[in-house]
Parts: sequence; C-alpha cells; structure tokens
Amino acid sequence: MHIVLDDIHKRYGRVHANRGVSLEVRAGTIHGVLGENGAGKSTLMRILAGYTRPTSGRILLDGDEVRWRAPAEAVARGVGMLYQDPMDFLAMTALENYALGRRWVPPRELRRDLEARAAELGFTVHPEMPLERLTVGERQQLELLRLLSLGVRVLILDEPTTGISGVQRETLFAALRCLADEGRSVLLVSHKLEDVEALCDEITVLRQGAVSGRAERPFRTRELLEMMFGEPPAVPRKVGSTPGAPIVSFRNAWATGGRSGLRRCSVTIREGEVVGLAGVEGAGQNVFLRLAAGLNRPYRGAVEVCGAPVRAYRWLRQQGVAFLPAGRLEEGLVRGLTVLDHFALGRSRIPFLDPWRGARDRAEEGIRQYRIRGRPETPVEALSGGNQQRVLLALLPERPRLLLLESPTRGLDLESAHWVWEQLLAHKARGATIVFSSPELDEILMVAERVLVFHDGALVADVAAAETSVAELGSAIAGRAAPPPPSPDVSVTAVETP
Amino acid sequence: MTEPSPVLLAANVVATAAPILLASLGETLTERAGLINLSLDGTILLAAMAAFAVAHDTGSVALGFAAASAVGGAVAAVVGFAGVILGVSQVAVGFVLTLMCRDLAYFLGNPYSRIQGPQVPPLPVPGLADLPVLGPLLFRHNAVVYLSLVLAPALWWVLYRTKWGLEVRAVGEHPEAAYARGIAPRRVQMVCAVVGGALVGLAGAAYSLALKPGWGRPQGAEGIGWIALALVIFGGWHPVKVALGAVLFALLQVAGIPLQEAFPSVPAQVFQVAPFPLMIFTLLFMGLSQRESVERWAADRTWARRLVRAFRGAAPRALGRPMEGG
Repeated sequence: MHIVLDDIHKRYGRVHANRGVSLEVRAGTIHGVLGENGAGKSTLMRILAGYTRPTSGRILLDGDEVRWRAPAEAVARGVGMLYQDPMDFLAMTALENYALGRRWVPPRELRRDLEARAAELGFTVHPEMPLERLTVGERQQLELLRLLSLGVRVLILDEPTTGISGVQRETLFAALRCLADEGRSVLLVSHKLEDVEALCDEITVLRQGAVSGRAERPFRTRELLEMMFGEPPAVPRKVGSTPGAPIVSFRNAWATGGRSGLRRCSVTIREGEVVGLAGVEGAGQNVFLRLAAGLNRPYRGAVEVCGAPVRAYRWLRQQGVAFLPAGRLEEGLVRGLTVLDHFALGRSRIPFLDPWRGARDRAEEGIRQYRIRGRPETPVEALSGGNQQRVLLALLPERPRLLLLESPTRGLDLESAHWVWEQLLAHKARGATIVFSSPELDEILMVAERVLVFHDGALVADVAAAETSVAELGSAIAGRAAPPPPSPDVSVTAVETP
Repeated sequence: MTEPSPVLLAANVVATAAPILLASLGETLTERAGLINLSLDGTILLAAMAAFAVAHDTGSVALGFAAASAVGGAVAAVVGFAGVILGVSQVAVGFVLTLMCRDLAYFLGNPYSRIQGPQVPPLPVPGLADLPVLGPLLFRHNAVVYLSLVLAPALWWVLYRTKWGLEVRAVGEHPEAAYARGIAPRRVQMVCAVVGGALVGLAGAAYSLALKPGWGRPQGAEGIGWIALALVIFGGWHPVKVALGAVLFALLQVAGIPLQEAFPSVPAQVFQVAPFPLMIFTLLFMGLSQRESVERWAADRTWARRLVRAFRGAAPRALGRPMEGG
C-alpha cells in the first residue's frame, strides 16, 4: 500500500511533538524512520496507526484520505503497529493474546492457524504459555503474527530491536524482508543506525519533531549522523586499569527473580574493573545486580560485597556502593517530588533536622554539572528520560567504590548515552568499579573490559572484552557457548569452582 | 433441644453462603474489568431495604428482587462513572458511597422497621429434592440459593471460555492494549460495574427476603460487603476460589450455633464474632502461598507445589487505574 503523510502536526499542550512532518512510503519497501529520542518518531507512527489523533495534517492510503477514530479502524484498513511498549497481556496465554481483537474462532482452529503462520516465518510460538514467561522477542513475534493474520498490509514497528537477542533480530529482519517482497509496506522506527542501515530501502530522519533529511540506499553513515544530531557525537574512551582486590564475589549463588532466576553462579569481580553483563532481558543479569546490591537474597550459596556478606542496601550505601535501577521513574526516583526534594532526601540522619539546608546549592550544582534540562522545582516525572538519568547520576555519592547499573542508557539516544558513559568512566578513573547490564552488545564492548554472559539464569561465558566479538557474544546469549573455562589462567577471568 | 443433623447443618451453610456468593462473585466480575467497587457494604443494606419495602408494598417478591438489583446497579454505575469516565479515585468514591448508602438505608427504611413482610418461598426441585442427603442439602432451597450455586461455574465459564470474558480480562489487564485491539475499555468497565453491582444488590435482597427476613437496624447483613471484598482478593480474583472462600465463611458462621450448645459456659458473643478472626487467619494462610520463601520451600515437594499453585492468584494489572488517553 502506498502511504502519504502530509504536513502532520501534533501538539500536547505546549509541546509541539510533530511540526509539519511529511513522509511517503512506496508499496513493497521498507522505510526507516530514524531519529534520536524525543524526535517525534513514536508520535508520528501512533498517528498513522490511529492510536493518536493529529492536531492537523492528512493521511493518504493509496490516494484516499483516511481519518482514524480508533486503532481498530486502521487495522481494518490494513495498517497495524507493533508499539514500543508492548500492547499485549502478560497474564494471558499466547493463544488468548492471539484471539483478542478478532472474530471468535474455535480455540483449536485458532491454534492451528497460529502454528501454521509461525512456521511460515520461522518463528517459534508456545500457544499455551502465559506471556509473562516468554521473552520480549517471542512476544513481538506473536504480535507480528497476530497483525498479519488480520490482513495487515502496512506494518509499523516502533523500536523493535530493543530487548531482543541477536538471533531474534536476524529472524525478525528476514521476516520483514520477506513481507516487503510480498508487496507489504514496512515502517521501521529506530534510534539505532545499524538497524535501519541493515534493512531499509529509504530513510527519513526526524529531528526535534521535523524532517531533517531523507536518504536512499546506499547510505552514508556520517551523513545520517549529521541529520540526526547536527554533528556526530564523540565516542567515550576506555580508561585502562589493573584490577585490585576482590570487591564482589558470588559463591555458588542461587536466587529467584526475573524470568529465569539465577542458578549456580560463581564469579569474582575485582576493584577497578568495568564488567558488562550481557543476555536477553530477564536471563539473570538483573538478578545478579540486585543480589550484589542487597535487594534480593540468595536462597542458596553466598554473595559477598566489599569483603562481607551483603546486608541491606542502606549498609552497602555507606560502603560506597550505589545501585541504579533500569526503571528510573518506577524505582530510581520518587514520582511527585521535585529535583530539589531528591537532593534533600536521604541526606540528613537526624529525622527532625531541616533537610533542605544546603540542598538547593547541591541541586543547582548538580543541574549545572550534569546539564539537566530542568529547575530545582521541576517534578522529576516532568523531565525527559535522559534528564531523569542525569538526575540519578547527580545523586550518586561523590566517590563511589562500586556502581551497579541496570541498563544505564536504556531509552537514551546516542549522544546522551555517550555523555552518561563519560560521567561513569570518570568515576572509574577515580577508582570505582562498575558492573552494568545492557541489552546492547555494542555498548558493552565499547566500555567494558570484561563481559559476563547470562543465558536462562546461568552464567555461560566470562570473557575479556578485547578477546571477543559481537558475533561470539551473540551466540553465547542464545545459549550456544562453551562453558566458561574452569582454570583462572586468563588475565581477568576468575571463575571459582566451589 | 434436638441434636441438629449434619445434613441440615450443611444445608444451612448452603443457604447462608448464598448472599455472600452473590456479592463476592459480582465484585469479582467488576474487579476483573479493572474497577474497584468499594461501596459493597452500603449497597447490600440499601438493596436489602429497597427489596423489603417494594416486596411489602406490592406483595411481589420478584419485584423486590428487581428493585434490589436496580439499586445495586445504580450505585455501581455511580462508582463506574466517577472512576472510569471522570477518572477520579475509585477508592474514595466507593468509601463515601458505602457510608452514604448505609445511612440512607436506615433513614428511608424506618417506616418498614420490624414489621411482617413477604418472604421467598422454598422451591424444591421436583425429583431431586427427595434424594437422600443431596436432596435436603442442595435441592430444597429457594430460587436465590440455586442462582448462587450456579453463579460461580457460570462466571468461570464466561470469563475463561467466551470472547466477551476474554475482553473483560483484557481490559482489566491493560486497557490501552485492549483499545488498540478494537475493544471499548470504558464501555466494558461500565457494563461489568453495573452487572456486578446488580449481583451485589441481589445479595441484599437475599438477606431481607430470605435469610434474615424483614428490615431493622441492625438488619444482620452488616459487614458482609467487607467480607466479600476480602474474599475477592484472597480468592485471587478467580470465581471458583472466591466461591470456596464464601462457602468457608458461611460454614464458620453456621458452626457457631452447635458449638454454642456444646460449650454453654462460653459467652455467646464469642461464637458470633469468631468467624471474622478465623476468616482472617484462613486468608493469611492462603496469602502465604504468594510469598517467595514459601514457594521456594514448596519447590521440591510435589503436593505442596500443587497446593501453593492452587492458592496463587494475581490482581488484574490495571485494577483501580483508569485508561489513559485514547
């Protein structure tokens, strides 16, 4: 289907999310929509999918103007979208999710239909499994199959490669290529250059709500970066160091949590190391971090931090340990409190002392130093994701010994991500140890010295970053790695056998 | 006094459970769609009063029941409109309504206090009523009790085996995603609120026209609404488990009578109050199954794992949170 978006505007109060965006997608092509976070990509796609109504502008499908009143109308006309925050039902089975939003079909028939469609595209489905036990990639495949079964001819994917494994990414891209060759139009929204470069025929770049450029194959990376950012951001540099005494050690630790818990984990991390934890979301890396932060307890085995068995996070904090959760607004910050309140919070030990004394100075200092776009009086939920992360960084202790970071650059654009890492690596240069998880292998290889790979709750690989590659890590994440070497002869590898 | 036979006692449990079943299953439906109706306790009293008044004035028990379900549906519609359409706190609105409905019931019901009125006639099922044990236990009750008995399996079937039930659960889990799939979440929530509320209203009528016939202050139905709300939570929002909880509570209430005869030295109030703390202990025990440590302990024991799994239930993810945007 031929799609034209003509002069689309969208205002949310004073925010002008789309400023006159026009876009054309030919039938049978894959069109990339590229831009940093907050560029207005998602808003534009939600408008095309009928979830959001534009303030002004026209949508033309094969030359006919359409006005959606609900997303279901768009689906009926063949426009379907995979949303960035998955629009599915975790408590229900895959088959129930597949059944929702269509005419009633006997479950047995529907199940056969689902399995047949999955086989066609090389997807694996588990019809009777509750969705909360599937990976993000499997959920995405299911939603894709559902949209296709409804006869969708225009497919919109909003950041589809976030949180899925390399193998799932390959499968997805192959499927999209195949769907485009059958004459469908695909819109791929991403802030990742490598995604759109690998797959798209044409690219439209958005910046601050407006189109900043278009490109066709073959793409020139430098030009795309300039369209996205004005000028390409600088890559942070690794800081070398020699590892010191053990600071985190896991001895045959088992714990619940996440999708698969953590099993039989034994590893030692030394002072001054930067360790990246790789794995599909919920494969055990976040349980690992939460165990080290004292937020979760092992039910078997032991976890030691700073030379003592972990106690409450409060105690760890006094030892110079800091944990940054991935859910910034859910766990990291307190909704409803201002930036200033956060600087006042948890500072004074005496309950009835005025906590704001000196807090304003610290808040203003933090806002300046971390270039936070906001004022001390701004409630944290009004800040953008990037600025929330900056607040969290500004709240870190001045000289942390150990930083435990859950996806520290999740949802940030390249520029902000690099900036965040500059700040974190500055802590490392002052002697901090950093342990972080990330769904992006490139990010891990960019900053980490050592990589731990988790698969299905087990530590399956422990390698030096300099001696590995994206491909090797990718297959380890998918569970096809040789077990880590038992002898501690590799320079930074120290796997203990209990 | 004669020794009450176990069968008659059990039949009494079935009759006592009827209004609790109606109220807790009605609330289960409402909450599965993501809406909390906290006005249950007041609604039951207001509906009980309305049922008795209408049945007394018209002489028709059926009209009494119709009035009760209309009252229940109307109160729930207020909660639904405030929570779903206006987006104000469902908890606050429910609380205020429960207090208002209770006082309204006592005030409006004054002329009907302590007077004779009609009752639901027993309706033995032909053929089945003469069966040994099962006959007196299940088939010599009135129509309300029969309704309460089929309600749990019926609600289970609707929620888990029909397209509409799937949509109700979807709305309670993630209304935005339901909207993206062509469901009108607000409409589904309103329908579930009104239908659930009507069932709660029937529970009120079941008191004033059957179980504790008549109207007065206190009527005897006080507190049941809160029990029903607790049963929904600890039954894990699953109709069958909620129903089992309701029957258990009825059993605790009924068991007080023979126990009091067996231990005449214990003050009567102990047996009247006992069901409430006992219920809390039972609920605590069921709630234990949600704990991680218990789950881990049960992991190696097959029977314990099954038991823990049977008790487990999760709240609808969007419970109490109205849909955003759309």
